[in-house]
Amino acid sequence: MSGLTVWIDGIGLLGPGLPSWAESRAVLRGTSPWQSAATALPPPARLPPAERRRAGAAVKLALAVADEAVAQAQLNPSTLATVFTSSSGEGVNCHLLCETLATPAPMVSPTRFTNSVHNAASGCWHIAVASRASSTSLCAFDGSLGAGLLEAATSVVLGRAPVLLVASDSPYPEPLNTVRPLPDHFGLALLLSPAATAHSIASMTIATTDGTDPLSGCADPALETLRRAIPAAAALPLLAALATAKRGPVVLDYLPRTRLRIELA
Amino acid sequence: MTPLAITAATLATALGAGNAATLAALQTSRTGLAPVRFMDFPLPTFTGEVEGVDEITLPPHLAEFDCRNNRLAWLGLQQDGLLAAVAKARTRWGARRVAVFLGTSTSGLLQTELAYRHRDAVGALPGDFHYGPTQNTFSVADFVARALQLDGPAWVVSTACSSSAKVFGNAARLIDAGLIDAALVGGVDSLCLTTLYGFNSLELLSSEICRPWGATRDGLSIGEAAAFALVERTPDTPPVGWLLGVGESNDGYHMSTPHPEGLGAIAAMRAALADAGLPPHEIDYINLHGTATPSNDASEDAAVSQVFGTRTPCSSTKGATGHTLGAAGGVEAAIALLAMRHGLMPGGLNTQQPDPALRMNYLTANRSAPVHRVLSNSFGFGGSNASLVLGAAT
Repeated sequence: MSGLTVWIDGIGLLGPGLPSWAESRAVLRGTSPWQSAATALPPPARLPPAERRRAGAAVKLALAVADEAVAQAQLNPSTLATVFTSSSGEGVNCHLLCETLATPAPMVSPTRFTNSVHNAASGCWHIAVASRASSTSLCAFDGSLGAGLLEAATSVVLGRAPVLLVASDSPYPEPLNTVRPLPDHFGLALLLSPAATAHSIASMTIATTDGTDPLSGCADPALETLRRAIPAAAALPLLAALATAKRGPVVLDYLPRTRLRIELA
Repeated sequence: MTPLAITAATLATALGAGNAATLAALQTSRTGLAPVRFMDFPLPTFTGEVEGVDEITLPPHLAEFDCRNNRLAWLGLQQDGLLAAVAKARTRWGARRVAVFLGTSTSGLLQTELAYRHRDAVGALPGDFHYGPTQNTFSVADFVARALQLDGPAWVVSTACSSSAKVFGNAARLIDAGLIDAALVGGVDSLCLTTLYGFNSLELLSSEICRPWGATRDGLSIGEAAAFALVERTPDTPPVGWLLGVGESNDGYHMSTPHPEGLGAIAAMRAALADAGLPPHEIDYINLHGTATPSNDASEDAAVSQVFGTRTPCSSTKGATGHTLGAAGGVEAAIALLAMRHGLMPGGLNTQQPDPALRMNYLTANRSAPVHRVLSNSFGFGGSNASLVLGAAT
């Protein structure tokens, strides 16, 4: 199979020690050291005040990286289709709901229930940018990034229009953190286009392979630890290659017997 | 899009397990809804609980996936020769060329709700709680792919109540792009406390049986279901129907209230018709989202009448199954296939007095008539909209 070829016109990034794509390129290239710092989630300035107050960590994270990618590509977000993918939703929200539901007479907050849907970030983004374009929200547990890449690239190629892909993960508080430990928030966004534009950073051709292609890793041990610890951070080898303008294949994990082979050009 | 063959389809809802039980209930206008019996839910409401889910045992090698949602999935998989059809597709196309795309909203979250009731002195969850195979949103697709030994792409779409309509779009796109040749699609959602208390907190849960399009409608009745359809590039046996078009959109308006004029829904229906290459008058019957909340039905009525005019026969089958949330799109696709195979437009149940403010030709009794093409709507929180156009087998 020849694969799906799309162009990357914008990148958003936010994670521990990685405050944005623009401020992280030197770290990803290996020319400055990675420095430990908890992910700082900015308030979602695009949201109307009511939604802004209600936004949890997962929404803030997704909107922050989406904003950075869209700004680079200089596209009008109100007509942009989106693919959101996450290994889980709003962790704190889920914990508080389950805690309430374990009490004798549960009083569930309607806002908490509304924000418990996996597509909360998608809903907020489309409200923020007043977009009626299609949007989906996916989950494939530790392979959620791979699912998002496949769905987004397929949509770009068939629809011949750009798609915004957002892959992000937020940790649960205890006691769920013990059974699903994620060390911090990590998100990335890729603005994918069907053809080269003035903003194109690189093209990538995505194909599925069996689980035997050697996985790409990160040269920096701290980034490699991050790559293994957070599902969305599986994209770090791809981001490192983009930061160094390296060409050639990057192999990312998806499912136990399926990996994604991405040729950058 | 190029029409895709649906070579097998089945469902398990409060109406029963399998196509025959579902058809018999629809033909006799029997509802599966009953006063809530689920757990200790204290408020008056009706639910569409599936019989026998508690008694289901998963195969030993999949035991860690044990939760109400995956038990319900397992029940659905056993119906109407689905396992044999999937095995045949696996042999025909190869396990790596058959995908699994399923919709769910709450996955195995009930397992977590129960675990939170059994935290120990320091607050830890019980040792037998398995997050990944139960609570995680991907759980049901992971479970089904393993159970059916499918190695193609797999994921869950979780866009609230449009989830299992949107998976038909995933299958169509990945087949078109040449990544796969077939996909098992559908949805599974099971009763849990989050949705019962949650919809109640939004004052969207009716204390009586739900009455879609009714003058006195005041909310939904929650159901649970598993629904599956096998979609293939080409059939090698007579198909049970065809996927003709998929339309998807967002409202970009509000997290839990639809756009009052249904602008997002209009966009989804028009996209589905365009994808199918059909004008509105070639749709014989519309299976409405029809949740029976005042604002949802009013918004959908405005949207459907804008696209189709008011004459196309339509109904909501949620008065029979309840609102099965993330499984609703799959359930209603399976019902649409039955409607076409048996020339039955199912009348909407429980609605004695249709709302005079709503203008669509809403059926409150069964109509026997040839049904060649159905449009099915599924709309969800977050403003997510999906419409499917399905065609008869012949």
